[in-house]
Amino acid sequence: MEITKDLVKKIAKLARIRLDDAEADKFTTQMGAIVGFVEQLNSVDTSGVAETNQVNGMENVLREDEVKVFPKMQELIAGSRHPIEKGQIKIKKSI
Amino acid sequence: MDLTSLNLVETKKLLADKKASESEIVADYMQRIADLDPKIDSFLFVAQDTKSENPSGELGGIPIAHKDVFDTIGMPTTAASKILEGYTPEFDATSVAKLKEAGAVSLGKLNTDEFTMGASTETSAFKQTKNPWDLKRVPGGSSGGSAAAVAADLCVFATATDTGGSIRQPSSFCGVTGLKPTYGRISRYGVISMASSLDTIGVITKSVEDAAIALEVLAGQDSHDATTGKAKVEQYSKNLKTDLKGLKIGVAKEYFVEGLDAGVEKVIRAAIDELKKLGAEITEISLPHTEFAVPTYYVVASSEISANMARFDGVRYGPTVKNEEVENLVEMYFENRTRGFGDEVKRRIMLGTFALSAGYADKFYKKALQVRTLIKKDFDEAFKDIDLIAAPVAPTTAFKLGEKINDPVQMYLADIFTAPASLAGVPAISVPAGFSEKLPVGLQLIAPQFAEARLLGSAHAFQSATDYHLKKPQI
Repeated sequence: MEITKDLVKKIAKLARIRLDDAEADKFTTQMGAIVGFVEQLNSVDTSGVAETNQVNGMENVLREDEVKVFPKMQELIAGSRHPIEKGQIKIKKSI
Repeated sequence: MDLTSLNLVETKKLLADKKASESEIVADYMQRIADLDPKIDSFLFVAQDTKSENPSGELGGIPIAHKDVFDTIGMPTTAASKILEGYTPEFDATSVAKLKEAGAVSLGKLNTDEFTMGASTETSAFKQTKNPWDLKRVPGGSSGGSAAAVAADLCVFATATDTGGSIRQPSSFCGVTGLKPTYGRISRYGVISMASSLDTIGVITKSVEDAAIALEVLAGQDSHDATTGKAKVEQYSKNLKTDLKGLKIGVAKEYFVEGLDAGVEKVIRAAIDELKKLGAEITEISLPHTEFAVPTYYVVASSEISANMARFDGVRYGPTVKNEEVENLVEMYFENRTRGFGDEVKRRIMLGTFALSAGYADKFYKKALQVRTLIKKDFDEAFKDIDLIAAPVAPTTAFKLGEKINDPVQMYLADIFTAPASLAGVPAISVPAGFSEKLPVGLQLIAPQFAEARLLGSAHAFQSATDYHLKKPQI
């Protein structure tokens, strides 16, 4: 399939990445080559083949849902470079 | 005596016999890093006043270093990305904690491709690591810092990660031993994720025996990583073999195809003859879906990458624009991610976003998951008749700096012989097997899931009969 500049711009927006015009051109060419390359998978007959999401057989690993408080919570939050107020990170309004 | 040239087994003996102290050994390594790393550029951070927390442990006083995707208390952890520049974790990865408890001394953090995305360590935002065998060439990647540091004797061994070949390929390029265990053999907790269904923790060492000792310390279930396997952790270093009598080794015809460099093929064929001399029965096998491993890998990995990278928004860690510089939260995400990620990370996030998006998910993501099943089945079928697979690690020796960085598809093809084992979750190792035009070539051995004892035992037999792992680069 053809990868257009508009599609690349739309994907970049979904991924929260800003592209200038020159970058959009460059990524359109590169994405076109990569998608063309992965399209060879279409030549494999996969009718009736299950999907593999996990390879080593571990399934539904369960444990009691217990709260464990991380001992250095404040230090963890202090890793943020935004202002900290009442033990919380203060950021811009979302809308 | 040059203490830094010794491997883990030798350094342990030196310490046990009290012929050198931990502080002498650490000082020698620190001096060597100061002298040589300006040429190699393998370290992103060098620790100061570092010492063992358990000198009498299994790894008491052994100087090691971590790939910079392992969370380390008190040491910056950046994944070689600007988006995490200056971030210092408040917790250790399980693997880091285990090595610390065993007494290992961490010398610092090693360069990698940004978020481990690359095959040359050239996508690092901070440094270009060079191959100790030829400073004009790449060390491979993404664990290029780990492989180069071990090859240049800047640490006894290094931690590393392998998602599509990131331990084995740089080990082959730098002439060191690289173990990618079974998916889930070592906990991923605290290691910055790239593609969660593929990421595998392992080590780069100076010998197979060293890797076996490290694996005994690192392997096992972890309540913080639900994908860690239940299989018993064996005494890998006690089960090393010196011959291969009774072992059936398969050689897949799909690994000897156009694109495999003639010099590399010659080394691998000779290595297979050596395995035969050691008593192994060599049979030709077929892994029919091999050619589809790289495209499958890039769809699956990129899809998981696009999800994992969503957490990097500049809110909790790393540099950020100030609140007053942006109108709203979404604009802050755009700003931080656009500034913070390099091109390869952006490419893979976008490829993954595309492969998972409405209208394309069935054609790309679902299809790749189905082909992954077929690739895994290839290995399941093969291992019904054979014990081990022997193969090349990479189609070429180390390529020149800058040679492939602008051609993503060519760079991706560096994973052609390593991606299949990653998709199947089976353990594999790269061991030095010779040289082509003075550059190291690694032999890849692949075993069924959780058969690390067999894999390491056989690889040790090869090293007992050869001396390629003892060769050192002139830096």
